[in-house]
Amino acid sequence: MPVPTPSPSISGLVVEYAPAPESRAVVDIKSTYGLFIDGEFRDPLDGTALKTVNPATEEVLAAVAVAGPADVDRAVAAARRAQAEVWGPMRPAERAKYLFRIARLIQERSRELAVLESLDNGKPIRESRDVDVPLAAAHFFYYAGWADKLAHAGLGPDPKPLGVAGQVIPWNFPLLMAAWKLAPALAGGNTCVLKPAETTPLTALHLAEILQQAELPPGVVNIVTGAGDTGRAVVVHLGVDKVAFTGSTEVGKEIVRTLAGSGKGLTLELGGKAANIVFDDAPIDQAVEGIVNGIFFNQGHVCCAGSRLLVQESVADEVLDRLKRRLGTLRVGDPLDKNTDVGAINSSAQLDRITELVAAGEAEGAQRWSSPACVLPSLGWWFAPTLFTGVALSHRIAREEIFGPVLSVLTFRTPAEAVEKANNTPYGLSAGVWTEKGSRILWMAQRLRAGVVWANTFNRFDPASPFGGYQESGFGREGGRHGLEAYLAH
Amino acid sequence: MSVTVLDDVTASEDALRRFLTGLPGVDAVGAEARIAALATRSVKAAAKRQALHLAITMVDLTTLEGADTPGKVRALCAKARQPDGSAPSVAAVCVYPDLVAVAVSALAGSDVKVASVATAFPSGRTSRAVKLAEVGEAVAAGADEVDMVIDRGAFLCGRFAQVLDEVQAVKAACGPAHLKVILETGELATYDNVRRASWLAMLGGADFIKTSTGKVAPAATLPVALVMLEAVRDFADATGRSIGVKVAGGIRTAKDAIRYLVVVHETAGDEWLTPTRFRFGASSLLNDLLMQRTKQITGVYAGPDSFTLD
Repeated sequence: MPVPTPSPSISGLVVEYAPAPESRAVVDIKSTYGLFIDGEFRDPLDGTALKTVNPATEEVLAAVAVAGPADVDRAVAAARRAQAEVWGPMRPAERAKYLFRIARLIQERSRELAVLESLDNGKPIRESRDVDVPLAAAHFFYYAGWADKLAHAGLGPDPKPLGVAGQVIPWNFPLLMAAWKLAPALAGGNTCVLKPAETTPLTALHLAEILQQAELPPGVVNIVTGAGDTGRAVVVHLGVDKVAFTGSTEVGKEIVRTLAGSGKGLTLELGGKAANIVFDDAPIDQAVEGIVNGIFFNQGHVCCAGSRLLVQESVADEVLDRLKRRLGTLRVGDPLDKNTDVGAINSSAQLDRITELVAAGEAEGAQRWSSPACVLPSLGWWFAPTLFTGVALSHRIAREEIFGPVLSVLTFRTPAEAVEKANNTPYGLSAGVWTEKGSRILWMAQRLRAGVVWANTFNRFDPASPFGGYQESGFGREGGRHGLEAYLAH
Repeated sequence: MSVTVLDDVTASEDALRRFLTGLPGVDAVGAEARIAALATRSVKAAAKRQALHLAITMVDLTTLEGADTPGKVRALCAKARQPDGSAPSVAAVCVYPDLVAVAVSALAGSDVKVASVATAFPSGRTSRAVKLAEVGEAVAAGADEVDMVIDRGAFLCGRFAQVLDEVQAVKAACGPAHLKVILETGELATYDNVRRASWLAMLGGADFIKTSTGKVAPAATLPVALVMLEAVRDFADATGRSIGVKVAGGIRTAKDAIRYLVVVHETAGDEWLTPTRFRFGASSLLNDLLMQRTKQITGVYAGPDSFTLD
């Protein structure tokens, strides 16, 4: 057959993937966004705005309204009215229909949401496309199923909604956290005032468009954008019956102090310093994948990240050699490239915090390593995947949450020592255990003080599985039947 | 792990068993999750053209049917030498031993190797003497490469030393011919067994380890290839010897082939992205590679009748 051009001359090696960027054209980003109150986008009463930026390029994506106290008042009033007049009295099976519809619309618009999430947050499209957006849809599907079965949730024969929920969410999984907060609240008959993070408001605002598309009654969900002051106004508002917060332990403590004696319901999902524990009989290759996924997933901007690797001394060298080789294959760069493994750091403030803690790690005598193969882009905020060896429990990098792609490696000798070191933290959100021995998994899981213990995996999420912490990682559970408890009086 | 340690592990049946059962386990969920993640790699443009070209040069064009004839083998050899107007020739033609001589004469003067299955392929259920005689005949007839099958029965009942001994005996019988050891992973059933059988074959002197005969389902799968590529990578770390991997059976599309190349690239590394270290045992795969390659060059798809059926 005729072939016009000769074959390319190739010596035999495929060394690089060609760039494979996802198209930006699938999402229409407006230049300005208002507040979503009572079913409509509205200008803020005092007219201020903040800019949200693409962390991979520092390009301004949009101007987003900042809600002041008067705007929060309007939002809470709309939510109260909707709860009392529409959403509360509605037959539960009807509420379920809206939630199913929202879930389906998230699926239908998944590509747009994934691209938008990667643009606004900096996370790789592979993660927003394969993790964030599908899990957000799954969460609405899951709680849609509960809406007319609340009597069977183990919370008494006729659990009642709490009323208006004020929900403040972080920037690491913007759409997914919105889904985690909204879906159980709505299934339980509550209405919501949601405050997205100031650096990542866009997917929540596109979710607001989806709520309009789903013809969710006005006021059932209100989305007020802004920074810390807006969040504070939501939390302290007297018309809010229940507060749910995901974010830093520092802010969580402030909320607890503020709400003491207020009678408001409160759930907190805060920081973590999870131990990922690798025994000498672990499936080593999968453990290495699990370590990588545990700390470099979402640039380490994960409250349950496996930021402390506890590896049994007898296999420490082998695990570290393999881990370093694997780090050399991580692809850091353009979040919209489908082959990118690690994206941009969400903000310059977060990059400063990571840089500061890494400097402290070096100053305290731990050994820093990152792959020489890793080249960072010049524009935007980036941090190379990094690990520290020779880390002691007393080092700041072993105690403080870094919330970045930085792994602290510690060793242990016996299972009891592993438990002791894993639990020696003020946090207690998650832990991982890697061993081929089933009885050891159970023995460890009984002793680890962590809300989630993963066995031979890490960072796996499912809407049916409750998630939440011990101690300074917060209280209350999200997901599963347990996640309903935070939104129902019983 | 040093070379001397590996000498020790084959010193006795007990040592061999301790070594193989002491290899780190494979977590099936984790291995399959890794493959699912790698399957999302997007190979486009120049990388895709390179990958298609490379995949063609890695094909062991195979016919292993009771109905094979000299005419069929000659046709296959012609295709192997020149798959279409401009594509490179494939790595080898793979036939039964009685047709090796036909393939050798049909491929004379080309770089295409002649590979022969042997050792009572595909089941391997005959005596050692018969297996070695078959290998000897194939090599005498001019086979450059011998694809043997391991005794899965012996492996599954734990007689590892017997399997090792047989691989060593076949390797000796191969003389200058390269030895590919077929694990028949579909019958080994677990990834732990795939890892153990890979090491066993490499300790026995295999030049390549190969997934399957193509006669048992499942044949090659991506997670099995992952486990085998980890094994050759670790064996090279331990001994300095690089063993090849051949995936065979059920790989029919260029898309599948590229997925395998991605796993090679991200597991064993680019040193394995050459026909001397990685092969596809296939027949219909070649035409899809040619079709996709032509599409990359001309920008349009040619119909299936534009590619020869051999």
